[in-house]
Amino acid sequence: MPLLDRNGSKLDDWTISEDGTADAPRILVAFEHLKDALAGNGRGRRIGVAIANTVKADALAPFLNDIDLVSIAFPAYGDGRGFSIAKQLRHAGFKGTLRAAGPLIADQFAYALACGFDEIDLPQAQAARQPVEQWVHAAASISNTYQRGFGAENILDARHAARLARK
Amino acid sequence: MYRYDEFDARLVRERVAQFRDQVARRLDGSLSEDEFKPLRLKNGVYLQLHAYMLRIAVPYGTLSSRQLRQLALIGEKYDRGYGHFTTRTNMQFNWPRLRDVPEILDLLADVEMHCIQTSGNCIRNVTADHFAGIAADEIEDPRPTAELIRQWSSLHPEFDYLPRKFKIAVTGAEHDRAVVRAHDIGLRILRNAKGEIGYEVMVGGGLGRTPMIAKTIRSFLPKADLLAYLEAVLRVYNLEGRRDNKYKARVKIMVHEIGAEEFARRVEAEFARLDGPAIAADPEEVARIAAYFASPAYETLPARASGFEAAKAENRAFATWASVNLFTHKVPGYAAAVISLKGIGDAPGDITSAQMRVVADLAETYSLDELRITHAQNIVLPYVKKDDLFVVSQTLVEVGLATANAGLITDIIACPGLDYCSLATARSIPIAQALAHRFADEKRQLEIGELNIKISGCINACGHHHVGHIGILGLEKSGQESYQITLGGDATETAAIGEILGPGVPADDVPDAIERIVSVYLAQRTSGETFIEAVRRLGLAPFKAAFLEKTHAPA
Repeated sequence: MPLLDRNGSKLDDWTISEDGTADAPRILVAFEHLKDALAGNGRGRRIGVAIANTVKADALAPFLNDIDLVSIAFPAYGDGRGFSIAKQLRHAGFKGTLRAAGPLIADQFAYALACGFDEIDLPQAQAARQPVEQWVHAAASISNTYQRGFGAENILDARHAARLARK
Repeated sequence: MYRYDEFDARLVRERVAQFRDQVARRLDGSLSEDEFKPLRLKNGVYLQLHAYMLRIAVPYGTLSSRQLRQLALIGEKYDRGYGHFTTRTNMQFNWPRLRDVPEILDLLADVEMHCIQTSGNCIRNVTADHFAGIAADEIEDPRPTAELIRQWSSLHPEFDYLPRKFKIAVTGAEHDRAVVRAHDIGLRILRNAKGEIGYEVMVGGGLGRTPMIAKTIRSFLPKADLLAYLEAVLRVYNLEGRRDNKYKARVKIMVHEIGAEEFARRVEAEFARLDGPAIAADPEEVARIAAYFASPAYETLPARASGFEAAKAENRAFATWASVNLFTHKVPGYAAAVISLKGIGDAPGDITSAQMRVVADLAETYSLDELRITHAQNIVLPYVKKDDLFVVSQTLVEVGLATANAGLITDIIACPGLDYCSLATARSIPIAQALAHRFADEKRQLEIGELNIKISGCINACGHHHVGHIGILGLEKSGQESYQITLGGDATETAAIGEILGPGVPADDVPDAIERIVSVYLAQRTSGETFIEAVRRLGLAPFKAAFLEKTHAPA
């Protein structure tokens, strides 16, 4: 399915292999097969995991150092659980790639990035209606919001910096 | 009051541009109708029975004269010359055209206003005590907290797609005038044994089809921890709140199902992981916001205002208005004046553009340029010198805004109901109007005293009927409007949900039914006992008997 990140379209070099048996350099396995895939990973493959948004971040905690990608499902764009899971995984120290998979809309791109996602895996139909230019444009539509701890810049820190500069 | 800095102003302008772009993408088909709907809702645009409706945020009910004049202009130019204040202290316009909305948003941005998150499954406009800063029983002004939450909750990346809407209210006083226990989160500012200021955090209140009184999950939260704690509550709710059924998706259901203790435990566990200081606003930022709400430069006035006393002695109507519609100010010589938007026969909360301009002028001249909107759908002039009250009231008389009924039986809260709303099952406004006519007699109203009637036109309870001393809920029974009456609700610190008196009655019978309930009170009250006190003492039985007398009498 079409993949995009903050720079635009992106090639998906991950191979979906639910049970983790595929012979590929990067395999995306189902959560229930993650343990086995990691245990049998003698071939230097990179492992990623695809999870439903009902899986708790804590359940992934033991594996975070061993996996390179977590793909979190968004069953519908109005279901915002994935944002909180991403935030928790980043807070737990996950440094790999975070992927949001599902029918998100361009207007959620900035939120996804702020919560720690790197890329969006869109259904074909969605990508056809909302070309990548709309996503890149939407991500830049609000230049700064108030919340601290969501991305690099925020209004509260900008005000703080302005106060320091005046001193 | 708070003023935007460059960052606030830019965010609001960018949000307007974003909405324009969203409308354009809906029109070119990039966004489906299903995708666009939540986006327009998060910007306050509803599709109602007859037209679009635009809901404008009035954060914690505070407005300047300039802002009210802009609302008057919008009402005149894009609506039918009036607007409607809601029970969440917002303003609604019922007749704008969708294509005019971006232009209206620009006009709002010109006066530091917006429609951000006035609807949708996100954190809504934060409300507070309408007598903030002027009440004698205040521990701390709730408005700086409310403004901090307004900013923090605006376009929050993590909490814009919640299971359901989420409402926060703040009170800083002992007496709760903000109905905090009927909110998803209620915050009460208090002082602990060490003299430090903090918050009591209540979660899971709400009205709607399953009314619940919020439970305290933290009896004292240090002020500096507020944003981190809110983040923890919202994260727990976002992850674990029910999404399988719209009617069970509010946080109150989750709190009810797992219990307040378990909910608190999950929140505390999440909170413990967070880096509080990295989330909190720094003390200088908190101080920057608080400075906007510093006490104004009051004049030193005698507590007894001779002009005011003389005017009362000479003018009976003024004396009545003053005895009913004034709120005691913490500063001697001043009063807060309630402008009732409940004129007999008017639609509760409605105000014409012409009236808005008059009120704006009064605020500018006599009330330090500031106004407050109350959840009871009235307006407050918060800083009037007592000696100016007569002039103020005479101006209000000229525009039909001097009804002396604040807190009385005709000061009725009502949702728009079936006259406007697509969710409604029955009319609300005509019921309010019929009751106002029935109890219009000023002497009789005063004799009855404090009595809150609240009317909702469907079980979503926008008219807060559950917490009305008398609540009226309009339903539809086999094609007919039927009104269910509840008794004993309470919207204050002693919050309670009213109990149903009996079977629903048709619209025409509502005034008689209320009359019978009031008669029981008048006959059985003890000296000085208010309606709600009498209901608590007597219990439901005598009221129920009187209510049922007629309803079940053979024809």
